[in-house]
Amino acid sequence: MSREYVDGATAIARGALRAGCNFYAGYPITPATPILLHMLRELPKVGGIGIQAEDEISAISMCIGAAMTGARPFTATSGPGISLYSENIGLAIMGEVPLVIVDVMRMGPATGGATTTAQGDVQFIRWGTSGGYPIIALAPSSVTECYTLTQRAFDLAERLRTPVFLLPDKELISSMATVDVDEYVDVPVGQRPLVNAPAVSGVSAVTGRPDARLRPEESYLPYDFDPIDGIPPTSPFGGPQITRFTTSSHDEHGFLCKDPEKVGRLNDHLRLKIESRRAEIEMGELVRHPDASTLFISYGTTARAMREAVDIGHQSDQPASGLTLHTLWPLPETLILEAVQGHQRLVVPELNHGQYRHEIEWLIYRHCARNGLVPPEIVGLNRVDGGLITPEQCLQAIS
Amino acid sequence: MATSSPVQIQPVETYRNERPIPFCPGCGHSILLDRLDAALRQLQLDPTQVVIVSDIGCVGLSDQYFSTNTFHGLHGRSVAYATGIKLANPDLHVIVLMGDGGVGIGGTHVLNAARRNIGITVLVFNNFNFGMTGGEHSVTTFSDAITASTRSGNLEHPLDVCASVAVNGAGYVYRGSSFDKDLPQQMAAAIAYDGFALMDIWELCTAYFVPNNHFGRKEMLERIESLGMETGVLQHLPANEYSRRLHALTERFAGQDTMPVKALTPAFNSPLDHKFHLIIAGSAGAKVRSAAKAIGYAGVLSGLWATQRDDYPTTVKTGHSISEIILSPEEIRYTGIAKPDALVLLSEDGLKKVRHRLTTMTPDDIFITTPEFADVETAARKMILRPGAGDVRITRTNRSLIVTAAALRLLKLFPIAAYEQAIRRFQARFADENLKVVAASAGLLEE
Ligand SMILES: Cc1ncc(C[n+]2csc(CCOP(=O)(O)OP(=O)(O)O)c2C)c(N)n1
Ligand code: SF4
Ligand SMILES: [Mg+2]
Repeated sequence: MSREYVDGATAIARGALRAGCNFYAGYPITPATPILLHMLRELPKVGGIGIQAEDEISAISMCIGAAMTGARPFTATSGPGISLYSENIGLAIMGEVPLVIVDVMRMGPATGGATTTAQGDVQFIRWGTSGGYPIIALAPSSVTECYTLTQRAFDLAERLRTPVFLLPDKELISSMATVDVDEYVDVPVGQRPLVNAPAVSGVSAVTGRPDARLRPEESYLPYDFDPIDGIPPTSPFGGPQITRFTTSSHDEHGFLCKDPEKVGRLNDHLRLKIESRRAEIEMGELVRHPDASTLFISYGTTARAMREAVDIGHQSDQPASGLTLHTLWPLPETLILEAVQGHQRLVVPELNHGQYRHEIEWLIYRHCARNGLVPPEIVGLNRVDGGLITPEQCLQAIS
Repeated sequence: MATSSPVQIQPVETYRNERPIPFCPGCGHSILLDRLDAALRQLQLDPTQVVIVSDIGCVGLSDQYFSTNTFHGLHGRSVAYATGIKLANPDLHVIVLMGDGGVGIGGTHVLNAARRNIGITVLVFNNFNFGMTGGEHSVTTFSDAITASTRSGNLEHPLDVCASVAVNGAGYVYRGSSFDKDLPQQMAAAIAYDGFALMDIWELCTAYFVPNNHFGRKEMLERIESLGMETGVLQHLPANEYSRRLHALTERFAGQDTMPVKALTPAFNSPLDHKFHLIIAGSAGAKVRSAAKAIGYAGVLSGLWATQRDDYPTTVKTGHSISEIILSPEEIRYTGIAKPDALVLLSEDGLKKVRHRLTTMTPDDIFITTPEFADVETAARKMILRPGAGDVRITRTNRSLIVTAAALRLLKLFPIAAYEQAIRRFQARFADENLKVVAASAGLLEE
């Protein structure tokens, strides 16, 4: 049996390379710097380009520019840097840019504790840009998952043309762990829908049929989605087609547009393309104990302590179930509601003041209210002093 | 310049589309867009190989009137998108259209693109104010000028965009105005230039700056002169373009294996039948973490599962350095340590951080340290080691290793040969030196 002794940063960088990443721009920040250094060192080997940008705004801007030439971009940062990414996250949503962003959570607010772990960015990531549009966020809770979920993030970003976040915490990135090498299972990574046909005047390069909507210089419509949750095919800058990209509300040509019907449809599209794919996006792992009345729901490093508590509980007559969420956004409603079945008490351990518990509360209270059910008790287990939540703390929360 | 698209045989008659330009009557932006079209016609670039990147502001509307690739981005960030586009595809002709407002908010990108000499062309539509938001002052607004936000006259000094980029390495720098007769040729020259080219083009915002300051063509041209600013091509250096240099560097490494899994097959046996928690506490800069890291490798080489988490200040060479290692015959989930089974204390810095741990330890646990900490309070069994007793000279950097290695000999978590193998394999650069230290560590136990 072969094992590797390795940290999360290595697994994330390796996952990105295996996923076909060929562009990285970043700015040094603890604890995300190792990812920058891995990518700068490794990308040349696969013919990719890595650059240290002048700041985080530039880093994400460069990634977005590169993406539109067809590159598979990647960037990693932490609290202060993700704050600077904010405006461009919105641009990536609006322009439908495939982009994987790692936010290694360290203690905040502001500079906080650079070398101190936390899980305080969970809601920031969800609502991290103006407008209130959905994003996808995955949270690894082991080094192996750092590898597989990074690949999954690339797959979703590419196929759905959207920014996808990976939310590890400092602990997971910098700590060494032992991995059974058989668990490095590659995830198939898809590609954004591409327009490859040559440009022929008046004929859509997507459908191969004449299209009266095409303008003289166009041979495809860069923002044409049908059905509403369909992903618009795109052509890279430098390819055979003319492509328009814009941060503004736009029509199918990529021209600035204020027509309420078109703008409304565009904004619904940006929401629905993620909403309608919840089934494939929602990921997690449930350990269900038949006699348990308590269910833990956790993610990231904290889920490791929770799982250890569940294991100890099994052996010591303190049965509990545990749901480790791998997808944080969109909220994996089906997974959570299914897991809750049969439990009277929910404990949500996390290294913040209960950011994710609030999500779970409204989900379950709403569900119970609508269906005339008695909701379970929902309690948080929280820590914000830089220390980890321990298995002992979790065990004490089992009733 | 050659075109690369096979379908395009006829000369491109216009790079503009039929959509009417929306700017106010007399707005300088309209003139510049016409001149840009003329420049592109001169160059006959393949429209599919051109990307016009626009900023925000009135100038940010401009991309929509061209039939090339276009990218309309955020306020001040156009140069950063352009940099990403050019880095990913150096064959593209990337032209940035930005206002003086964009230069202000995105100044760092302009300076850094100039410094890198990346092959993009930046056309600054400089009308000395924010047109789109109602005529507020910008970084290029003249002193005393009246704007919506400087009603009593601007107190700030105008930025010399050209001088700023020129002094920082921009390959090609031009200052002129929308009234320059040869503007198409000048633009064509800037676009054809291989490195970073910037044109600071002064022009009139007829909605705001002109009426606010009784300003017109004559006043603008006089102003250039009275400020002592030169016009024309101000800098033209041999291009040593960045994106191509970066791609050339990259090619040197092409095809090398990238981040292969460093699989370890157990070659040693460990007597450990339960989870073992070990803390090593010392000073930053004293190689505590590397001594600790080899323990994890040795554990895995002995069929165990290992984890290590470190605590150290952001200033990596001073203060404490604490490594928490867990070794276990079974997979480890939680990586924290509630109570160590053994604690190796190496320094005063370390003691400050682990004093509370020492008080939790019981007589079943082991506290390993050096004579200066012999009196530290703990219920754990004490083992005092005397580095310096052997034949290796003890230094700040090998002290952690010799004490750690001696501790491993005492703890017998795995054969010391596993630790030596870990050092050989994963710390190859210092292996000879470190193996000598590990060998000498046996001497500490003979005392
Ligand atoms: C981050 C951000 N801040 C503020 C604005 C509002 N805004 C729109 S245009 C503009 C100024 C543009 O001035 P300039 O670049 O000179 O272009 P002009 O309108 O003069 O062509 C500002 C501040 C914005 N769009 N984004
Ligand atoms: S406001 Fe000024 S810059 Fe904008 S279109 Fe009118 S004249 Fe031109
Ligand atoms: Mg302006």
